Amino acid sequence: MITNGTGKTVVRLHVNGEASDVMICSADTLLQTLREQLGLTGAKRACENGDCGACTVLINGEPMHSCLCLTIETINQPITTIESLRDSAIQQKFIEKWAIQCGFCTPGFILNCQALLNKHPDADDETIEEWLQSNLCRCTGYQEIKEAVKSLLPKGSAS
Amino acid sequence: MLENPWLSIGKPEQRIDAVEKAAGTVRYTADYSVPGLLHAKLATSTQAHAKIKAIDVSEAWKVPGVRAIVTGKMFPYHIGPILADRPPLAFEKVRYYGEPLAIVVADQEYMAKQAAQLIHVKYEPLPVVNSAREAFQTDAPLIHENSGKYMKIISNVYPVQGTNIGSHIKIRKGDFITAWENCDIKIKQTFSFNLSDHAALEPRCTRVEINPAGKVVVHSTTQSPFTIKKVLNQFFNIDVGNIIVHVPLIGGAFGGKGTVQLEPLAYLASKAVGGRMVKLEFTREEDLITAPGHIGLEATIALGANKAGKLMAGQYTYLIDSGAYTDQAAGITRAMALDCTGPYDIPNVWCDSYCMYTNHPYATSFRGYAHPELTFAVERTMDKLAHKLKLDPVELRKINAIKPGNSSPTSAVLNANNLGDVEKCIDQAKKLIDWDQGERLETADGKVKAKGISTFWKTSTTATNAQSGAVLKFEADGSVNLNCAAIELGQGSKTILAQMVAERLKMDIKKVHVTMEVNTQSDPHQWRTVASSTTFLAGRAVMNACDDAISQLKRTASIALQCSMEDLEVGGGRVYLKPSPEYGVKIQDIALGYKYPNGHAVEGQVVGHGRYIQRHLTPMDKDTGFGKPGPWWSVGTQAVEVEWDPADCSYKILKAVTVLDGGKIINPMTATQQMRGGMYLGLSFASQEGFIFDQNGTVLNPQLRTYQMVRFGEQPAEYIVDFIETPAADGPFGARGIGEYGVIGMAGALANALSTAAQVELNHLPLLPELIWKTRKESQA
Amino acid sequence: MIPFDFEYYRPESVTEAVKTYEILATQDKKVLFYSGGTEFITFSRLNQLDAEAIIDLKGIPDCHQLELQGEHLVIGAAVSLNKITESQLFPLLGQTVRKVADHTSRNKITIGGNILSRFIYREGVLPLLLTEAKVKLAGSSGERVVPLKVVFDKQMNISPEQFLIHIQVPKAFLNLPFVSIKKTRMSKVGYPIVSIAALVKDKKIRAALSGVCEYPFRSPDIEAALNDTSLSKEEKIDKALGQLPEAIIDDLQASRDYREFLLKNTLLETIEALEATQT
Repeated sequence: MITNGTGKTVVRLHVNGEASDVMICSADTLLQTLREQLGLTGAKRACENGDCGACTVLINGEPMHSCLCLTIETINQPITTIESLRDSAIQQKFIEKWAIQCGFCTPGFILNCQALLNKHPDADDETIEEWLQSNLCRCTGYQEIKEAVKSLLPKGSAS
Repeated sequence: MLENPWLSIGKPEQRIDAVEKAAGTVRYTADYSVPGLLHAKLATSTQAHAKIKAIDVSEAWKVPGVRAIVTGKMFPYHIGPILADRPPLAFEKVRYYGEPLAIVVADQEYMAKQAAQLIHVKYEPLPVVNSAREAFQTDAPLIHENSGKYMKIISNVYPVQGTNIGSHIKIRKGDFITAWENCDIKIKQTFSFNLSDHAALEPRCTRVEINPAGKVVVHSTTQSPFTIKKVLNQFFNIDVGNIIVHVPLIGGAFGGKGTVQLEPLAYLASKAVGGRMVKLEFTREEDLITAPGHIGLEATIALGANKAGKLMAGQYTYLIDSGAYTDQAAGITRAMALDCTGPYDIPNVWCDSYCMYTNHPYATSFRGYAHPELTFAVERTMDKLAHKLKLDPVELRKINAIKPGNSSPTSAVLNANNLGDVEKCIDQAKKLIDWDQGERLETADGKVKAKGISTFWKTSTTATNAQSGAVLKFEADGSVNLNCAAIELGQGSKTILAQMVAERLKMDIKKVHVTMEVNTQSDPHQWRTVASSTTFLAGRAVMNACDDAISQLKRTASIALQCSMEDLEVGGGRVYLKPSPEYGVKIQDIALGYKYPNGHAVEGQVVGHGRYIQRHLTPMDKDTGFGKPGPWWSVGTQAVEVEWDPADCSYKILKAVTVLDGGKIINPMTATQQMRGGMYLGLSFASQEGFIFDQNGTVLNPQLRTYQMVRFGEQPAEYIVDFIETPAADGPFGARGIGEYGVIGMAGALANALSTAAQVELNHLPLLPELIWKTRKESQA
Repeated sequence: MIPFDFEYYRPESVTEAVKTYEILATQDKKVLFYSGGTEFITFSRLNQLDAEAIIDLKGIPDCHQLELQGEHLVIGAAVSLNKITESQLFPLLGQTVRKVADHTSRNKITIGGNILSRFIYREGVLPLLLTEAKVKLAGSSGERVVPLKVVFDKQMNISPEQFLIHIQVPKAFLNLPFVSIKKTRMSKVGYPIVSIAALVKDKKIRAALSGVCEYPFRSPDIEAALNDTSLSKEEKIDKALGQLPEAIIDDLQASRDYREFLLKNTLLETIEALEATQT
């Protein structure tokens, strides 16, 4: 049984292919730990309520709101943050398709898109919409983000 | 003259911030932390209007790690950008739900949060003023008992003592009363919507420390670093020179980060702990309701025309719900008056624009600054008038489109340089929305496709002395660094400015390095990054700096090349002889001065500096509004096509069109980004957004789960953006401002499309299916 | 951020979970069972919930089952909503839970958590109410399997020391003709104004509703109305509306009148869609 008392404990996380020891309380969310302990600030604190997707990371390859995960829940599970996607195709497409303005929602969107592409390499519009409705963007109007993700899908003629 | 191969203006140059943003490595304000940083949390009001009988902080002090608790008694003064009417921390009374009452400073954020929850406030409830209309009633409870005594920070604000009027701006142009009597056709309509929010994805955040030498160092999510200096100086008696404000990239602002709220709070917090660095980061809930939002409005518009549809007289009454404090709503009240007619030539204008205090969260600038709001009301009225005249709504707009030679409501003279081409915009938008295919069509599956159009304008209402500066420093490799205090908040300004440098210096844009962060100590003064003014103001400053650098380059080169400066030209990373371009010197060889073969050196680093200040702007006359409020008017036309389902009144937005005349477009892709993003923001505001208040003035939807906005997949299936590029003679490369414009006509166009679809008058926002259903039901009753 | 600390336990068996609870209870600690945790975290952040210890059920293999066992589909309490949808084992449930929150959240929200939610919607229970589902509960007195309708009335009525291990849905119900409709204020991501799950069993419509009243429900009277062959569609709906267990709610999402209007529409859509499956 995994247990954790109150107060600070050192636990081992598996982030971006590396084992990292962090000091946490049971109450700490994964978002807090990534940002405050590991300096992985690509995950953004924007609602802490699971409503906006700016804190999205991948856990076991699935997109998760890191604000809605306790850090202690995620030990022994592979965690992927935006920092490990350097030079990925989806990042390039976000740049090429002008899908970035202020950039604050971008990491969350890119991670969600990456998980979508991994899981549904043939995603149709309905699937894209279902997945990406989890992320809010206030700058772009979503059109360019749609073009970015569709450009990496075989069915995706950018529209 | 050789053709310039380094042409950058008009090219879709990639944004200079995109790579880092895609990588997620950009550090925004809240992303920095240092050991020893203290955390501040607010205790906020749970009442919308009440006397504060007592604030008990004794329980809060018992939380381990608490270092200070600051209440309003420790700074019982009012601050504000236009009228100083707002205490940073409430004292004596609270005026809105969510108003800051106390700050707790603690070692850890959770400690501060725990303690803040243990602050107990004893209230004596007062009657709540829950709308601008209620506030306007003569017997309304007073929210500010002594508004007449508040200090005016700028001119053009007129609080009326003994009322809830925070300001009243008048336009009296021509002879409205006589003209109205003589109109053949008259209509009058009332429109309204509640306060809403910017909801930028990045919540507001600041860090402040006061170092032992007395320097106040601020890091903040702000559009107005120099205003922070001004506020800390004006109200806290700190020497301007001792205040340093740092601004990294901003995660969206939309006007919401233009005013100053967090920084004085964090300053008071830091002061209470001996100047240690204190971070104050708003939660989403605080960012929505404690921080200022977007105005509410009740507008009544009366339009009179002759039988041919020519507008003869217009009367505009705007009751702006500014919430508990005037903040920028006082300026919005002015802006709403000075462009009250929309882009139509109306010789006789009567406008009363009121900034009304209510017990709602207070409002500040929102992208468009009065224009999306007034345009919704004006454009709905225009459609209604067109129906009454049995004229095509597009035709009515064309008949009345404002033109060079006409004057604005404040009697500012309009000419081909300071005004975009309204008629061209209308024609192009009409074409792009396929207007002639039909305004309303019933589809085979029982749905209705309908179109709505909206025309708009906006001048850039800056301070009359609004200004910007730029510094260009050359490197030993011939590249150049641009420093300018324009804030990058997603709009792409830094990229635009780099393009101007590249074009003017005829150099590769890859050799133009722009400092993304702003530091008020090293950057020249810039008014603010608001009002679609950056391309214009900072652009002019940058061009000026380029010219200065060119003359320095020529001077050094003239020594190196032993010729006169007049014979020289700069381009391609070289300074060369005009008649013999093959004869020249590389910039890298003179960037840090020229060294003779014998080792002697002259001139030194090329450092160009430039500046620009608004020219010939004036405040408005108190009684008539007469004045020149802005340098130019960008204009545009927008259109929306919806598919509406009569079965349940739900709808989809099929198409949204923007045609803008913003002068020369510096970067067609960032400009398109701005338009699409603006259209999205406008459509989201018009269709879904708004605070919901209960009878006590409590905000019932202070979260993104319940404060709903357009999500992925709900945006228009198609965004169509086009530009008419009537050059502005005094704009940089002929450019005017465009940043806010995508928002402005959307609410009007959507409301017109849905009104046509559902065949009812939809005069309130947000345009929820329920509103359409209810309006239909009422109209059938 | 959650402003208080607590102990965390992730037992690896039902027995261990029960024992852990008992030990903590003897220490007089406020203990909560924790599944997806999304509500625990959001309510705790707002100080609307607290606990001294939480027992995370996600470590228990029995709570992760999602498979056909004999005559039943067994769905562990800790199975995420997305896994249920993706499995396609029970399409009505898959489609109903697919409308809860947003896709990313549904990787975290579990069926057990949804059914035991503090919100009034609990849409995951709707298909289960239609299908004679049973639930397997664990507690100090051991494990027991009971019909869902015995423990679910408006909400799950189980004691704090009990937790849900899994749900059993009879195979016969898994692939019946069904309808799942959710109406929202505007955005698809949002609380329902009306949410319905309905199916046809033995030529009779069964329907359960959420968002209409303060709790999710299935009403025999409403079903009787919907199945009354002597009535026209409109009459069926009018009659059904008269059989609601309590007044229609009026809240942020919609007024009472509009909700009633949408309910009528939704019932009509439901009848028509289910009729279409019968021809």
